[in-house]
Amino acid sequence: MNNMEETLIPKIGVITDVRIDTPDIKTFRVVTPDGKKAFDHRPGQCAMLSIPGVGEAMFSITSSPTNTEYMEFSIKKCGCVTEWLHQAEVGQQITIRGPYGNPFPVDDVFAGKNLLFIAGGVGLAPLRSVINYCRHYRDRYGDIDIVYGSRSKDDLLDYKEIIEEWSQDAGVNVHLTIDNPQEGWDGHVGFVPNFVKELGFDTNKTAVLCGPPIMIKFTLEGLISLGFDKTQVYTTLELRMKCGVGKCGRCNVGSKYVCKDGPVFRCDELEELPDEY
Amino acid sequence: MRKVSLDSINKVFGKISESNKLYLPVDGSDGVAVYTEWSEGKEWSNALNTVRSPKDFFFPQVENLMEFKTSGKNIELVDIRDEKEDFVIFGVRACDVRSFDILDRVFLSDPVDSFYASRREHGIIVSVACSKPSETCFCTTFGIDATNPAGDVTAWKTEDSVYFKANTEKGEAFMKKIEDLTEECDDSAVTAQKEKIAKIMEKLPLANLSADAFGGGKTDTFFNAPEWDELSATCLGCGTCTFVCPTCQCYDIKDFNTGNGVIRYRCWDSCMYSEFTKMAHGNNRISQKERFRQRFMHKLVYYPENNEGIFGCVGCGRCLAKCPISMNIVKVMKKIGGNKSE
Amino acid sequence: MQKITQNQLVEKAVSLLTDGTVSAVLGWKKGEFDYDITPAVFKTADEIKENFVWNDFCGANFSKYLVAQAGKHEGKILVFLKPCDTYSFNQLLTEHRFDREKVYAVGIPCEGMADIAKVKELVGDGIVSIEADGDSLKVSTLYEDAPALVNAKDVMAERCVNCKSKKHVAYDELMGEDGIVLESNRFDEVARLEAMTPDERFAFWQNELSRCIRCNACRDACPACTCEKCVFDNPASSVENKAPANSFEEKMFHIIRAFHVAGRCTDCGECSRVCPQNIPLHLLNRKFIKDINEFYGEYQAGAEVGLRAPLVDYTTEDLEPGEVFDRGDKDA
Repeated sequence: MNNMEETLIPKIGVITDVRIDTPDIKTFRVVTPDGKKAFDHRPGQCAMLSIPGVGEAMFSITSSPTNTEYMEFSIKKCGCVTEWLHQAEVGQQITIRGPYGNPFPVDDVFAGKNLLFIAGGVGLAPLRSVINYCRHYRDRYGDIDIVYGSRSKDDLLDYKEIIEEWSQDAGVNVHLTIDNPQEGWDGHVGFVPNFVKELGFDTNKTAVLCGPPIMIKFTLEGLISLGFDKTQVYTTLELRMKCGVGKCGRCNVGSKYVCKDGPVFRCDELEELPDEY
Repeated sequence: MRKVSLDSINKVFGKISESNKLYLPVDGSDGVAVYTEWSEGKEWSNALNTVRSPKDFFFPQVENLMEFKTSGKNIELVDIRDEKEDFVIFGVRACDVRSFDILDRVFLSDPVDSFYASRREHGIIVSVACSKPSETCFCTTFGIDATNPAGDVTAWKTEDSVYFKANTEKGEAFMKKIEDLTEECDDSAVTAQKEKIAKIMEKLPLANLSADAFGGGKTDTFFNAPEWDELSATCLGCGTCTFVCPTCQCYDIKDFNTGNGVIRYRCWDSCMYSEFTKMAHGNNRISQKERFRQRFMHKLVYYPENNEGIFGCVGCGRCLAKCPISMNIVKVMKKIGGNKSE
Repeated sequence: MQKITQNQLVEKAVSLLTDGTVSAVLGWKKGEFDYDITPAVFKTADEIKENFVWNDFCGANFSKYLVAQAGKHEGKILVFLKPCDTYSFNQLLTEHRFDREKVYAVGIPCEGMADIAKVKELVGDGIVSIEADGDSLKVSTLYEDAPALVNAKDVMAERCVNCKSKKHVAYDELMGEDGIVLESNRFDEVARLEAMTPDERFAFWQNELSRCIRCNACRDACPACTCEKCVFDNPASSVENKAPANSFEEKMFHIIRAFHVAGRCTDCGECSRVCPQNIPLHLLNRKFIKDINEFYGEYQAGAEVGLRAPLVDYTTEDLEPGEVFDRGDKDA
């Protein structure tokens, strides 16, 4: 027997809860068969989940590391593995390995700063782990603003938590928007990049962006027009990944491996990469 | 230094095979040399090099990683890693020996790939200096000395003898096994061969090819070069270059349903393939030009940037000989880097 | 060995480019050595004069590149076609793979192409130059002082040894003289395999196909393989695989591919030319062609545009399926 540690060999996990968030996003709660978290992680890190015979894919861990009981993944149905997960029931075992990727610098760069989180659609999932981490250690951070938008109000992820918990915290301002007017919604209507410009944030913040590539592009432009510098903005990338540890080459862009050197990047670091993500 | 007469080399192979599996280049039925397990009657090939590189021994084309048994909602994982036995790879050329170092930097960096590591630990490399370099060779471009390859044991083959020099502990253990079959000697014949071959290396058509234009930090310089269109125009995207290349290391992980379980295996993949970067939301390299560019940028710029300037190519010339349309890294280097070979 | 010269082709290409008949030229480009010719798209007269090459190593069949290139340029694209290439050209047109209006085809005569592996077998390694010298090739190497003179016929590629036709079946313009369809011995090797017992035949193919590294060069060079999404790249097909999971699979790839091109394969020989492991893949395709000739009547794919391939056509003279089974029984 080869007794060396091997990151490609996963642990077994079990789904203990499935919550339907939107028509195409479900949040899964995963623990080991004896009821514990599979491993510890830092905010923004990811894990490889698989179902033998179906496939394996990388997902960001949406629960904060400060949750000591379980890990959560908010997964959008869009491919083989995600489709299979969406029809899985509580009690289904899966394989899980990680944590992978470099996390958001919550303890050094973010400490003491005002934070501005901007997310679109399922892009809220990785940011939620950071938001809840910062809420847990509230006095380590300044003001927290959260701008979040989605196609419609039914597509807003974590809606209950946003309204019942985040909006209620002192010093936390939540700004929601949906793309088009909808009956039953009297909040803001409009795309996230425009909303950010309208809100006209002060540049005394560190921004964290996540969403569809086009949203990131225009929001970043919007932030720059407000006076932000690229060194103040962080984002997290998504590419097809297989090994998760920077060896198989799939997520290699420029001299970086998104699974290992990312997925969290500062926006000026992204400038140095070829335009292939 | 020790030597054995060329006529008796099979005795050496026989002795080693008593305790370890021994692999060496043997001519196949089509006349092409391929690494084969030695057994009585197999002859060490005179070919300059094999088509399939010896990276197969450490990073095989297909490798089973683990097995799963599923029943209902439950999954059982079976760790199928076994302890490898020591084995000897005999007759490895200098370029291929360097390729192991290049692969080590990827697979043995943290987190260590235990599959690769265990094979690498048990592999004993006996390299042999080249005596008849081909016009397609350009190992000197990357600082490799074909007349003095690295390895656990270095060997030189002359008209009548094979000379050995151990370089590592594993090498010395190897030499100990064949002590009775070899005799002590001076290195005059070896020095003479080294000088003779060095002169030939200088006359090779690609002797003056330089990689100086490339290296870490050159992403911006070369990424948008207009020459990529022309170079990639007739590339078939077949992946032959990737598979014969001793340093290419991209792989895929897939599951195979056997009917009564699932085997998770990894297999070679190629960044040249259209599906390589395809994901649910699209593909960030949608045309052959981008994939072509990726492979060469990785070898000439990205890999050196992450590995202290060491290039991801060893100048073995296999892509020069095997590409269906004769495109290769030399043509890329000359076109993009503006090299002249005079 | 070639009757038509490089200069003649260069002149033709340059004149058609400069007078505006075409805006791009598909041709063979000079490499590092005299035998590593790369197919290339030439856009300027200077490029052609400097880099266009025509010699005994121009085996590459350009028909398949027309699928991507025809229509990509402002005007027409010039393509030089050897007789065997013209059959692939017609076959691709029959399958509507490119727009005929966007192509200007020039037929050129060919005396056969050389195989560098055969040259190296005779002359050795370290080749520095190869020049045509009448019916011979003058090969200079680093290891011999005097160049070796090799008879071009001795190093001809296998598919040229068994050339099936010197007739051009498609062209806008023909250079040199047209030839005729030849009587070739191209089915001799197939007959030899057919005469083996099933065990012997299996051992033969096991030996050859075990060298396959699934590089896909054969598929990607084959003019009959133009599917935009190959079944072997499609995860939904259940045969998607990059490496054989067991030894049966590597044979399955080739047998499936031979079936997919059966009736459309023009026997151009590219598959074997490009295989890095020297697997004689053309034998599989030739077996199918031989069988099709016997079962459905003599048929040459690509002989004309618009021919109905036997496997997609039905006539009352078609062989009854039972006959094939009976025949298989005879071999057992």
